Amino acid sequence: MTDEKQDAAAAVKPGDATTDAQSTSKAALEAGSQTPGDRTAFEVVDVRRGLFGVHGSGDTSGYGGLVTTIAMPGPSQRPYGGWFDEAVDVLAEILGESGTGFDAAVESVVVDRGELTLNVAREHLVEVVQALRDDQDLRFELSLGVSGVHYPHETGRELHAVYHLFSVTHSRALRLEVSVPDEDPHLPSSVGVYPANDWHERETFDFFGLIFDGHPGLARIEMPDDWPGHPQRKDYPLGGIPVEYKGATIPPADQRRSYS
Amino acid sequence: MSTTHSTARIVDDADLPMFEASGGDWSQIAEEAARLGEERIVVNMGPQHPSTHGVLRLMLEIDGETVTEARAGIGYLHTGIEKNMEFRTWTQGVTFCTRMDYVAPLFQEAAYCLAVEKLLGITDDVPERASVIRVLMMELNRITSHLVCLATGGNELGATTIMTVGFTAREEILRIFEMVTGLRMNNAYIRPGGVAQDLPPGAVRATRDALVEVKHYLAQLEELMLANPILHLRLKDVGYLGLAGCMGLGITGPVLRSAGLPYDVRKATPYCGYETYDFEVPTATDADSWSRVVLRMEEIHQSIRIVEQALERLEKNAGPVMVEDKKIAWPAQLAIGADGMGNSLDHIREIMGTSMEALIHHFKLVTEGFRVPAGQVFQTVEHPRGELGVHLVSDGGTKPYRAHFRDPSFNNLQATSIMCEGGQVADVVVAVASLDPVLGGVDR
Repeated sequence: MTDEKQDAAAAVKPGDATTDAQSTSKAALEAGSQTPGDRTAFEVVDVRRGLFGVHGSGDTSGYGGLVTTIAMPGPSQRPYGGWFDEAVDVLAEILGESGTGFDAAVESVVVDRGELTLNVAREHLVEVVQALRDDQDLRFELSLGVSGVHYPHETGRELHAVYHLFSVTHSRALRLEVSVPDEDPHLPSSVGVYPANDWHERETFDFFGLIFDGHPGLARIEMPDDWPGHPQRKDYPLGGIPVEYKGATIPPADQRRSYS
Repeated sequence: MSTTHSTARIVDDADLPMFEASGGDWSQIAEEAARLGEERIVVNMGPQHPSTHGVLRLMLEIDGETVTEARAGIGYLHTGIEKNMEFRTWTQGVTFCTRMDYVAPLFQEAAYCLAVEKLLGITDDVPERASVIRVLMMELNRITSHLVCLATGGNELGATTIMTVGFTAREEILRIFEMVTGLRMNNAYIRPGGVAQDLPPGAVRATRDALVEVKHYLAQLEELMLANPILHLRLKDVGYLGLAGCMGLGITGPVLRSAGLPYDVRKATPYCGYETYDFEVPTATDADSWSRVVLRMEEIHQSIRIVEQALERLEKNAGPVMVEDKKIAWPAQLAIGADGMGNSLDHIREIMGTSMEALIHHFKLVTEGFRVPAGQVFQTVEHPRGELGVHLVSDGGTKPYRAHFRDPSFNNLQATSIMCEGGQVADVVVAVASLDPVLGGVDR
């Protein structure tokens, strides 16, 4: 049997455990992936199977053989394009002069959808933001807050703090991303450089449990002081009650069918 | 004899979390004040107070009439909108984020949709007419928002007429919103890929008529406020925040521009074609509450200018208001029927009778939604209160992996302490009003 026929045979009885239908052929990975060729190199972070998010009950839908690779934008290669190269060069020069070194402070540079992201090592965060704010060629004087993201499947770097900076002088926007492990969710506070981040860091602590060392008063800001847990984490349930409508019961939002 | 009373609870609640309605901060401050026994008075203003623009809580330490320490407490209106959006499709997200800052709902919608479009890579595919309608709706919304700010600001100082004139003027525009979107607030009108529906017949005419009324009321408001010596005395040099303070605290919008920096996202990083409209960014240098009132008045005039240009463009060219890609374009052909608003009969006739593809797309979009390639974006727009930022993360699914809103009110409230400390108690109300916080946006 040719490869094509094997694929076809697998497709007609997906979910049959005796055949190798669920195994991912290279072609299927490419076909199901969401990686347009003209963009940055991608990091595969997850591979999903099926369509309706149902597992373990046999494939009744016929979509069980569907394979989707989830790829987040990965590190970019030079040239980054536009002013990105110049800004990264200036930052590298400053970090080189201070003895820290660009490679030690910035783990990777990601250019995606016309936006520049610097993945910064947490121990050098304050130095990096200080340089970004103060150097006349960078001058990112406006901080647009801190956001958190929880990636439970990224072992060792589950919690991300995302900083958005804007340079009014040069009309340029930049994103910094710091990832820390769940067991040790500490990172230095940026309030000394950007006082505006005071409440934003409190909010990120409140919702994700990220601990910003050196923050002047890291208390919860949205939830009550004695609230257990950090609600925006992925393992924190949404909650809700089923609703009856015209005789049918609609389950709460987090228990409805999810399309994986 | 048993030590336990017979009516004692038999449930072991040792593991259950306990919540105190009073909150931690207040009792600590009160205890400290009692211990020190000084003539220091701690005033807890809000969260239920008519001049705190919603459920803002201010903790003021006063010495006589002077505020020595001011702190803002928030979180009383936190409804978990960002968390909820992670469990709804990308299109449904619009109906959630519109409820954040309920005085300026269309800005959250626009920022969110622009971010989704950037993630999808369809920013350039959004039809021209849809962008013009978005600009029209946003600028009308900016007028209503500034009117609410001026009206409530006046009301808090006892000037009820300012409030009634401001709200009457706002009503004219809310009527336009109702005509175009079906709702006065929380419109859910701007959708990823365009807007839900084209303007109904007569909307351009009605908007022009409404503008005439708004200008009339605005002239009244200007006479009531700008030529009012009492208001001038109460607002002049109150709530001062200079440029250095604004930049450090990330303050944007009218408060930053009152300190002299003409920073406006519409000019700095234009979106929706703002670079093609003729308007100015008014600034002042006094950095006080009075100049912020004057600036908001001028911004209303600039918004009217933009609205008039948008109306001209809408009159000239018809066209689609949603992207062509049927796998993204939400089937929102709505009409008013005998039992309220629903899908239009023409649309139902098409999907049930003639086009199987349209039926499939309708079904797939409404039940499953569309998929957005993995990645993250940040999109900012110029909100009436400052720079609104949307941070969206997609994991390639039909729902946002993370949606975060950098609300300008949330950020700007950090300036409460620096603007109020050292001033009079009565000036706290003026300073907070000049920040114009909306707690729905602050707490989300």
